[in-house]
Amino acid sequence: MEALIALAIGLLTGCGVYLVLRAHTFPVVLGLTLLSYAVNLFLFATGRLVVGQPPVIGSATAALGQLADPLPQALVLTAIVIGFAMTAFVIMLSLRARAELGNDHVDGQDEGRTGR
Amino acid sequence: MNLLLAVLTPFLGAALVALAARRGRALAAWSAGAVAALALLLLLPAMAASFGGVTTIQRLPWIPTAGLDLAFRLDGLGLLFALLILGIGLLVILYAHYYLSLEDSLGRLYAYLLLFMGSMLGVVLSENLIQLLVFWELTSLSSFLLIAYWRRREAARRGARMALVLTGGGGLALLAGFLLLGEIVGSYELTSVLASGDILRAHPLYMPTLLLVLLGAFTKSAQFPFHFWLPHAMAAPTPVSAYLHSATMVKAGVFLLARLFPALSGTPEWTWLVGGVGLATLLVGAVIALFKHDLKGLLAYSTISHLGLITALFGIGTPLAAVAGVFHIINHAIFKAGLFMAAGIIDHECGTRDMRRISGLWKAMPHTATLAMVSAAAMAGVPLANGFLSKEMFFAEVVTASGKLPFGWLLPVLVTVAGVFAVAYSLRFIHDVFFGNEPTDLPRTPHEPPRWMKVPVEILVVLCLLVGIFPAQTVAPLLTVAAAAVLQGPLPEHNLALWHGVNPALWMSMIALAGGVLLYFGRKPLFTLHDRVEGRLDARAIFERLLEDALLRTARRFTAAVDTGSLQRQAALFIVSALVLGGSGLLLAPSPLSGTRALLPVDGVSLMAALALVFATLAATALHRQRLTALILIGAVGLVVALVFVKFSAPDLALTQLSVEVVTIILLLLALYFLPQETPAEPSASRRWRDGAIALVAGSGATMLAWAVMTRPVDSIAGWFLENSVTGGGGTNVVNVILVDFRGFDTFGEITVLAIAALGIFALLENLRLPAPTHDAQGRVWDADLHPLIMATFARLLLPLALLVSAFILLRGHNLPGGGFIAGLITAVALIMQYLANGVAWTHTRLPAQTHPLIAAGLLLALLTGAASWLFGRPFLTSAFGHAGLPWIGHWIGEFELASAMAFDLGVYLVVVGASLLILINLGLAHRASTPVGARVKEARN
Repeated sequence: MEALIALAIGLLTGCGVYLVLRAHTFPVVLGLTLLSYAVNLFLFATGRLVVGQPPVIGSATAALGQLADPLPQALVLTAIVIGFAMTAFVIMLSLRARAELGNDHVDGQDEGRTGR
Repeated sequence: MNLLLAVLTPFLGAALVALAARRGRALAAWSAGAVAALALLLLLPAMAASFGGVTTIQRLPWIPTAGLDLAFRLDGLGLLFALLILGIGLLVILYAHYYLSLEDSLGRLYAYLLLFMGSMLGVVLSENLIQLLVFWELTSLSSFLLIAYWRRREAARRGARMALVLTGGGGLALLAGFLLLGEIVGSYELTSVLASGDILRAHPLYMPTLLLVLLGAFTKSAQFPFHFWLPHAMAAPTPVSAYLHSATMVKAGVFLLARLFPALSGTPEWTWLVGGVGLATLLVGAVIALFKHDLKGLLAYSTISHLGLITALFGIGTPLAAVAGVFHIINHAIFKAGLFMAAGIIDHECGTRDMRRISGLWKAMPHTATLAMVSAAAMAGVPLANGFLSKEMFFAEVVTASGKLPFGWLLPVLVTVAGVFAVAYSLRFIHDVFFGNEPTDLPRTPHEPPRWMKVPVEILVVLCLLVGIFPAQTVAPLLTVAAAAVLQGPLPEHNLALWHGVNPALWMSMIALAGGVLLYFGRKPLFTLHDRVEGRLDARAIFERLLEDALLRTARRFTAAVDTGSLQRQAALFIVSALVLGGSGLLLAPSPLSGTRALLPVDGVSLMAALALVFATLAATALHRQRLTALILIGAVGLVVALVFVKFSAPDLALTQLSVEVVTIILLLLALYFLPQETPAEPSASRRWRDGAIALVAGSGATMLAWAVMTRPVDSIAGWFLENSVTGGGGTNVVNVILVDFRGFDTFGEITVLAIAALGIFALLENLRLPAPTHDAQGRVWDADLHPLIMATFARLLLPLALLVSAFILLRGHNLPGGGFIAGLITAVALIMQYLANGVAWTHTRLPAQTHPLIAAGLLLALLTGAASWLFGRPFLTSAFGHAGLPWIGHWIGEFELASAMAFDLGVYLVVVGASLLILINLGLAHRASTPVGARVKEARN
C-alpha cells in the first residue's frame, strides 16, 4: 500500500511541476492545485499509514499507541484550507492580470512580442 | 529594575511626545523634558550608589533556556555617560524648542531625539555585550533619522545614508568582534569579560578580535580613515549636531575603548593601532578644521580631532593616560556642545554659517559672543577653561610615552603641531565671526536670540569655567569613580590642578598658543595652497564611487543576469535548484531507500482508487489545454485524495478535503468564465521536453522520498497528544484538540492568513471589469435561462438542513470528527449554492452583501478567547472546560463539551465562512457587472 501512495505522490508532483512550468495562467493554477495535493499527501504520510484507527479516543478498540498520528493530520487540515486561500488568490491575480494586460500569459505578454 | 525602566522611559516617551506635539510646541518641549528628567530620576539611586564605588547590576530573565538575560550595569563609567546623555539631552531639548522654525515638526524631532536617548542609555548601561550591540545599532538608526530630519534636502539624505553605511557596517564588525570575545571568555557578561584580560591577550584570536572591535569603535567615533561621515552628518539640525555628533553618539566609540580597556589594552598591537589611529585623526582633523568656511564644518573637524586625542590617550595605555582620556571626554562634551549651540544661534540670527560672509557680530550680540569665546578658549586649551587641564595631561602623557619609543621625539612635535592648529581654528571661529567689519549683505539682521535659547549655552559655559578653575572641588569625584570603573582597579596618583610648575607640557601649551596665533594671522598663503589642493583628496567622492559604482552596479548586474522577468524561467530555476540540492543530499549521504517498517497489504478497492487517480492526473495534464475538461479531471483527483484520507484514518481531513474541493472547483469554474476556454499550443517542443524531464525527475524524487519516509519506523511526539488530549484539552478528537488548544496559536496565525488572503482578493477584484464571453469554445451561445426553477427551489429547501449539519459538525468537533474549519466550509458551500441556484440579486436581498464584519468578528473572538486565559493567570490560549447537557434535547445528542476552546473554534468557523464567501461573492459580483443587461433584467425578475 505504501508503494501505491508513494507513486501517487510522485505522479501528482511530476504533473504539478509540468503544469506549473506552462506559459498561461490557468494551467499554472491547476498545477499548483496538483502540487498542493501532493504536498498534503506527503505531510500526511509522514505520520505513516494506519488503517481504521482514527485519532479519536474511545472510538477504536486499540491501545493509544496504535492510533494514527494526529499531529500531521492537524497540520494538513490547516494546510488544505490555506491552500484553498492560495489557489483563490492566484486565480484572482490572473483574472486581474487578464483585465489589466489583455492576455493570460504568466509574464503579462504573449511570446514573440517585446515590450509591455 | 529601575535601570531597565530608565532605558525604556525615553522609548515610551518618544511615542508620547509625538502625540503631545499635536497639542502645541510648548507641550512637546515640556513632555520631552519631563521624559528625560524621569529617566534621570529613575537612575538616581544607582547613581548615588556608584559614587560609593558600588556597581549596580540588574538582570531580568529573557530567554533563560538560551542563557539570555536582559542585564544592566551602572558603574562609574556608566554614571558619567548617563549624566552626559541626560544632562546635555535636557539642555538640547530646551534649545531645540527655540531653534526649529515653526514649519518644522518639533514633535518628530523630539521623538527621534528621545529614541536616540534611550538607545544611547542602553549602550552605556548594558551588562550583556549582545544587548549592548543591539542598542549600539539603534543609535546608528536614530542618528540616521535625525540627520535626515530635513528629508526634502538632498544633502541631508546623502549624509544620513553615508553615516548609516559606515556606522552600521562598523556595527556588523563589532558584532563579529563581540561574538569572538564572548566565545573566548565563555560569557557575554561584561563582568566576566573585564576580568578575563589575561586570557584574551594570550589567545590566538586576540588580533582578529581586537581588529573587529576597533573597527566598530573607530567608525562610530569618526576616526581616520572613517572620519568623513561626520562633517556630512552636519546636515542635521544644529541641536542634533550638538547632542549626537559632538557630545554623545560619537563618544560611543571611545566609550567602548574605555569600557574594554582592562580586557583588550596593554599589548603592542593595542598601542600601535589605537594610538596610531588616534594620533593621525588628531592631526588630520585639526588641520582640515582650519580651512573650513562653514561654522559647523569647522566644529565637525575639530570634533574629529578631539576624538582622535581621546583615542590616542587610550592608545598610550597607561593608567594615567586613561584618566586623562575620561577627563577629556567630559570636557569636550561640555565645551563642544556649547560651541555647537552658539553656532546654531549665529546661523539662526544671520541666516548663514559661512565665515566669509559673517563678521563683526560683536556689536549685534555681545552676550552670545562672550559665551562663544569662553567655549572656544576651552577648545583651544587656554588656561582657566576646562579644556586646558585635560590637554595638559595629554601633553604630559605624550612626553612620558615618547621616551620609550624609537623616533619618540616625533610624538611631542606632532602633538604640538596639532595644538597649534587647534588654537588657530579656535581663533578663527571667534575672530572671523565676531570681529572685523560689520556684516553687509546677510539674509537676516542679526541680534541677540530669545532669552531662553541662551540658557543652555550659559550653563555649559559656567561648567567650563568651574571645572577649569576649581577642578578638585567640582569634577574630581565624578572623574575618580569613572576612571576607576575604566581601569577596574586602583587609580594612579594624579593631581587635578591648574598649576603643575614649569614642565614640558606647559612649554608645549605655550608653544601651541603662540604658534596658533601666528598661524592664524599668517594664514593667507596656507589658504591659497589649500584651495589648490582641495577637491583632489575628497574622501566622500571615493566612498560614493565605491558604493555607487562598484557595489550597486555589481548588484544590479547580478540581479539582471538572474532575473530576466520570465516567470517560467524563474520557476524552472527554482525547481531545478531544489532538485539539485535534494539530489546532492541523496548522493553525499547515501542510505538505503527502504526502511524496515511492516507494509500494509494492497486491497482491490484501493487499487481501483489508485488507478482512478493515475488516470485523472495524467489525463488532466495531457488535456490541460482544454481547460474545462482538465478542471473536471482535477476535481476527480481531489475526490480520490479525500478517499485516501478516509482509508488511512483521517476523517477530519477527508471532510475538509471534500468541502474545500467543492469550493475550489466552483471558484475555478467561475474564473474560467472570464479566461480563454483553451490554452494556445506552445510554439516550442523542446521546452515541453525540457519541462517533462524536470517533472519526471521531480516526480521520481518525491516518490523515493515518500517511500523512504513511509517504510521507516517512526517515533513521534504523537503519544503525548493522545495521552493529554482528554485530560489537558477536554476533547476526544485529538486532531481538533491540537488545532484549538495545544497548537491554538498556530491556528490563530492560520486564520489570520486566511483573512488577509480574503482581503487581498477583495482588493484585487475591486472595480474589476472583464469582457464576458458571449459564447463558449464550441461557438454555442450562453444560455440566457439563468436559474432553473427546480434547482432554485431545492437549493432553498436544502439550506436549513445544510446549516443544521454544519452546526452539528461544529458542536461535536471537539470529540468527534468535525470542528470550525469543516463546519465553516459546509456553511460556505450551502450559502454559495444559493448564489448559484438563485442568482446574486435574489440572494443579495436576503444575505449581507459583504462579509468583512464576519471575518473581523471571528478573529476578534479567537483573540479574546485566547486573551481571556490571561485573566486566570494562564498562558495565552489555555483552554478551560467542563461538560454540559442541553435540557430537553440532551437525550439525543448527549452530553457535550463546553470548553473555552469552543469559542475559539467558533472564531475559526466565522473566519472560514467569511473568507470563503468574500472570495466567491466578489467574483460573482464581477460576473454581474459583466453580464449583458438583458440577462440581468431577467435575473431580477426571477
